[in-house]
Amino acid sequence: MSSTATPVAHSAPEPASAGTESAPGTTTSGTAVAAVPGTDVPAPGAGPGTAAPAATGAAGAAPAGRRGATDYADYRLVPARHPWRWVGTAVVGLGVAGIAWSLATNPRWEWGVVAQWFTAQSIVNGLLETLKLTAISGALGFILGFVLALMRLSASPLLVSVSWTFSWIFRSTPLLVQMLLWYNLGYLYEKISLGIPFTDVRFFEAQTTTLISQFAAAVLGLTLNQAAYSAEIIRGGILSVDQGQLEAAAALGIPAWRRSTRIVLPQAMRAILPTAFNEVIGLVKGTSIVYVLAYSELFYTVQVIYNRTQQVLPLLLVATLWYVVITSVLSVFQYYIERHYSKGAVRTVPLTPLQKARKFLATHAPATRETAQERGTR
Amino acid sequence: MTTSVRPATGAREALETTRGLVEITKVRKSFGSTEVLKGITLSVEPGGVAVIVGPSGSGKSTLLRTINHLEKVDAGFIAIDGTVVGYEVRGQRLHELREKEILKQRTEIGMVFQNFNLFPHLTALENVTEAPVVAPRAGKPRLSKAEARERGLELLDRVGLKDRAGAYPRQLSGGQQQRVAIAQALALDPKILLFDEPTSALDPELVNEVLDVIRGLAKSGTTLIIVTHEMGFARDVADTVVFMDQGQIVEQGTPQEIFTSPREERTRSFFSKVIEPAFNI
Repeated sequence: MSSTATPVAHSAPEPASAGTESAPGTTTSGTAVAAVPGTDVPAPGAGPGTAAPAATGAAGAAPAGRRGATDYADYRLVPARHPWRWVGTAVVGLGVAGIAWSLATNPRWEWGVVAQWFTAQSIVNGLLETLKLTAISGALGFILGFVLALMRLSASPLLVSVSWTFSWIFRSTPLLVQMLLWYNLGYLYEKISLGIPFTDVRFFEAQTTTLISQFAAAVLGLTLNQAAYSAEIIRGGILSVDQGQLEAAAALGIPAWRRSTRIVLPQAMRAILPTAFNEVIGLVKGTSIVYVLAYSELFYTVQVIYNRTQQVLPLLLVATLWYVVITSVLSVFQYYIERHYSKGAVRTVPLTPLQKARKFLATHAPATRETAQERGTR
Repeated sequence: MTTSVRPATGAREALETTRGLVEITKVRKSFGSTEVLKGITLSVEPGGVAVIVGPSGSGKSTLLRTINHLEKVDAGFIAIDGTVVGYEVRGQRLHELREKEILKQRTEIGMVFQNFNLFPHLTALENVTEAPVVAPRAGKPRLSKAEARERGLELLDRVGLKDRAGAYPRQLSGGQQQRVAIAQALALDPKILLFDEPTSALDPELVNEVLDVIRGLAKSGTTLIIVTHEMGFARDVADTVVFMDQGQIVEQGTPQEIFTSPREERTRSFFSKVIEPAFNI
């Protein structure tokens, strides 16, 4: 009996619920009427004497603040102010403006020369060579790195030690030395042949110097070096995936290769991608090291030109600007690729910059602001 | 000590009875110097429902994981419908099977994990359709993508989640995720389903939606082996309750025998701790 009476006594001193919240009010009153014929029954409530008059008084014109606590629900929200943020913004803005001004007005930057060379045929050719080297050695490096990472994670002690040794050698020797070593391989070994060791069987044989051109030496050096680093990046990514995932896949009978490529790798990608893009961006600029082989990529081309024209800084600026362009494009790729692999990992996929801009415009449009104000003054 | 779990009702006996006989014989397993399973012998009839209960660390989960060869046994063997799991009998020796053969055997044994272990980068439907398309199956062809999709939707419907087919696991509640995991295990049409504490990672209010799905499966003729701490559910659904402690089966019997009149003192003291007094009324 008391359990049915308590909600009635509780709702009675709440004036708003009687009038506005009709749905729960009617259901409780329906049962209350059945259980409580008169109004004098709810004795177990806290204030039996006051509860009944308060309820009848509420039906008249009781203000909301009668219970002591003010109702703030309709007040307008005012965001906190951050004056120091504005000061900081002003200081940084001033600094940036100063740098921009000096760049624009200092004649020694020789922007005219930069513009003249920026799209010159020889520079564009050099740029294409740089892109070619990056693409080929990046792709080969990561493929080899993936294989090395799988070897390192395999159960076979031989594969583990081969992979470890590879990474150890190529990470502990300077890239410059590796590069020169590959290019001068002909000095160490005149001929390169493929056959069965310690017999006279040869399937293939060639002069080393004809086999290893500048391009081949450059790709070889960059690829092997890149593979050593990316193996570790990919291994780290694979290790970051929960062991339960492999177990679940194995329990479902999914074959080993499919477990790696479909289950583990896509999840590992989230850990791999940021570092991998670091590597690729590093590689773009790292290709400039092949100037030691007199290979005419972007940086070597620029050097050749300024040795002739003596316009050193403007031409270095030309190369720099191109590296900035490539890196910027790669960063955009990175953003979208990371976004692709974030599906499932976050509840909602982050917005693209375009979507963000649209949303900003939509929420800050004058029309919606008015409705917000209306709500505030209502 | 071998007691068989028999299908309790007549309806179950009408179903084909050669599918899903599990025989565990003298199984031992150690991790380092700790012996987790000390000679387990247990037999579950086709279509039977065995519920394994016992304190943490008693070897329940390990026993379950030996059944689909996720853990190799050190001694003893497990047979499903007379075929040894993970090994091939040649003369007087058990030769370890190659990966592909083990995978084939596993497609006959579905497993549902405590932490769901759904693939977070795949949608609910993709989770369910992945294995039937790629897993090598014993005596059955792989499904085409379209077939798998149709079957996947059917299974998601069966666990009440057809409308969430496109959702990623992280967008689902724990109970929903576990129901997807059950659909995933069912997609290979297994003879046997293993449940490793399927409700232990769930909020109390979500437990029942998962248990209801498992209750439905108990009547389907699939052999179920369930490790759980839900005693009310165990009493409800089990043909046989197996009480394990310290790597051994202490006793087994019908729910009535084990819960209301256990023979062993160890069983009695365990239940006096885990079952709320109200339950025994």
